[in-house]
Amino acid sequence: MGQEAEKKTVIDLHGIIKRFYIGEPNELEILHGIDLNVQEGEFVSVVGASGSGKSTLMNIIGALDRPTQGSYYLDGLDITRAKDNELSRIRNHKIGFVFQTYNLVARTSALKNVELPMLYAGVGKLERTKRAKALLKMVGMEERMQHTPDELSGGQKQRVAIARAMANDPAIILADEPTGALDSKTGRLVMDIFHQLNKEQGKTIVLITHSNELAEETERIVTLKDGQIINEREGSGERAVF
Amino acid sequence: MLFFENISMALSSLMANKMRALLTMLGIIIGITSVIAIMTVGNSLENTITSSMQSMGASDITVYLKYKNQEVETGASGMTYESVSRSRNVLESDLISEEMVQGFKETYPNSIVGISLTETAGNGQVTIGKNYANVTVMGVNQDYFLSTDIKILSGRNLSETDYLNGRKVALATDKLVNNLFNGDVKAAVGKEIEVRDTQGYSHYTIVGVYEHQENPMMVSTSSEKDMVTYLYIPLRAAQSKNHSSGGFESISIIAGKDVDTNQMILDAKNYFNAYYRNNHYYDVGAFSMSSMISAMSTMMDTVTLAIGVIAGISLLVGGVGVMNIMLVSITERTREIGTRKALGAPNSSIRMQFIMESMVICLIGGLIGVALGVTLGVFASNLLGYPAEPTIFSIVLSLGFSMTIGVFFGYYPANKAAKLDPIEALRYE
Repeated sequence: MGQEAEKKTVIDLHGIIKRFYIGEPNELEILHGIDLNVQEGEFVSVVGASGSGKSTLMNIIGALDRPTQGSYYLDGLDITRAKDNELSRIRNHKIGFVFQTYNLVARTSALKNVELPMLYAGVGKLERTKRAKALLKMVGMEERMQHTPDELSGGQKQRVAIARAMANDPAIILADEPTGALDSKTGRLVMDIFHQLNKEQGKTIVLITHSNELAEETERIVTLKDGQIINEREGSGERAVF
Repeated sequence: MLFFENISMALSSLMANKMRALLTMLGIIIGITSVIAIMTVGNSLENTITSSMQSMGASDITVYLKYKNQEVETGASGMTYESVSRSRNVLESDLISEEMVQGFKETYPNSIVGISLTETAGNGQVTIGKNYANVTVMGVNQDYFLSTDIKILSGRNLSETDYLNGRKVALATDKLVNNLFNGDVKAAVGKEIEVRDTQGYSHYTIVGVYEHQENPMMVSTSSEKDMVTYLYIPLRAAQSKNHSSGGFESISIIAGKDVDTNQMILDAKNYFNAYYRNNHYYDVGAFSMSSMISAMSTMMDTVTLAIGVIAGISLLVGGVGVMNIMLVSITERTREIGTRKALGAPNSSIRMQFIMESMVICLIGGLIGVALGVTLGVFASNLLGYPAEPTIFSIVLSLGFSMTIGVFFGYYPANKAAKLDPIEALRYE
């Protein structure tokens, strides 16, 4: 009823609790019941100081980890009950990771790096290469696609990483401090690419950051403190000038 | 398919650490090299021995005169010394007579092709002017050439009349011709030569020249000039030269192709020993080359196996080295593994990637080892004077074994990599 009109919920977190066992009988509760919904096409940022539970939340959203309690549906798939190999498949098809430290595979060309998620998805060689080239062109890296990561600058590496994140046309892009290791100019460039993906392709993006300035660029800012969401508000939309 | 991707990834990671890869491979290389080299030399040796024995007539059965085992007579406490002291020299009456030989032939007409008989008529020297050639004068019967192939280069072989009449004619080698007639084999035919030995002089007319065959088992150390070759003469000529009555210390039975050699050995022993029942000192024994060849092969196989086991141990040690370096490599590439997992690589493909890498290391090591081993084996065989024959079997076996080592010792590190927690791995510094 009215679901067609409404946007689809891509991330549906409900009552997420995460505890770590640091030797019996102690256990450490990092997340104390997180409720978060992200709609298709949204650009959301999660901000918080270090120790706020940001990374733990990101790991759960990114299907790298399961919550101790609560439910999580990603693009309609139940993450809480998925087995390891199912999580692999979900990460492969539904999530595009962009890391602060790029995490490109060393000694492997930009092109091969972008092909990697498609390789694991079983996409044929020809199609893989074709799509990888198109994605590299989109981020303006078509000239350097045969270069290995150590021949690329930080900004170039991050652009390759974004192209890689887009490889399997994921439901969300999960960017963890994507500009953290970049200078202001290239950082701006990378952020602009995210905006472009969000506006032009309607990509759902979750940006994890500690920078309030960057968070202001996004549509919605979720503030995390001590494992709880303390504030949710709209961003100003103002692009940060580094 | 991920197969080729894995191979190219494995190669690129090896290329990134060439020195380390090489050192890791060293154990495998040494192991495989030694296996291949030893198997090549062993195989060459065995083939050479076997073929030279076969050229002597593998199915020939040698019947020879031997001392009777006298321990039975001297009793249980019988000392060997005693039995030796009671022995006496061979008398003409002890020898295997031509009648016995003829009788044996008639008893088994279907299984015997011939019986080769020989009698040495002295070692001596042939001189023409300043030139000389050393010879062993060998009286042979017609059957002798049934088991010993010779290639007549000029003239003719000994004829039936030569044998019947014991004519003083001879077959000389091309080596003799080289020394005495400047290698002119045609000119040598028809020439009379004088052989001087300790007994005196004897004269023979050369009727044919045959090609000298080097016996690979008896590598001659003397120069071409001093080398001793056989001068074949008819048996009767040798007997009359020796004034012998025609007995033999050993004879060689040439059995038909389908004859069971072992049965023939038994038959020969039974037949001849009937003549020696009342002889207190001598009886006969019999053996064939093929029985010796199989004994030799068994021995060689045992030696090869023993060395193979040692080489196998070195391969295992090499494998442990590979495992060690794989563990190091996985630790170094923890972040890469985390990244791959984040990108959706299932555990199985991470595992496969590292198993392939370990297999590629071992396989390259194996290939280098095969190349070195074949080179070394061929070199060593040639040095020993045998034609080298590397076995395809040993190469396939070695490569298969090195790949197995790769899988075996790669599995544990690969599995460790596959089981890494992606979050931990991504955070790894």
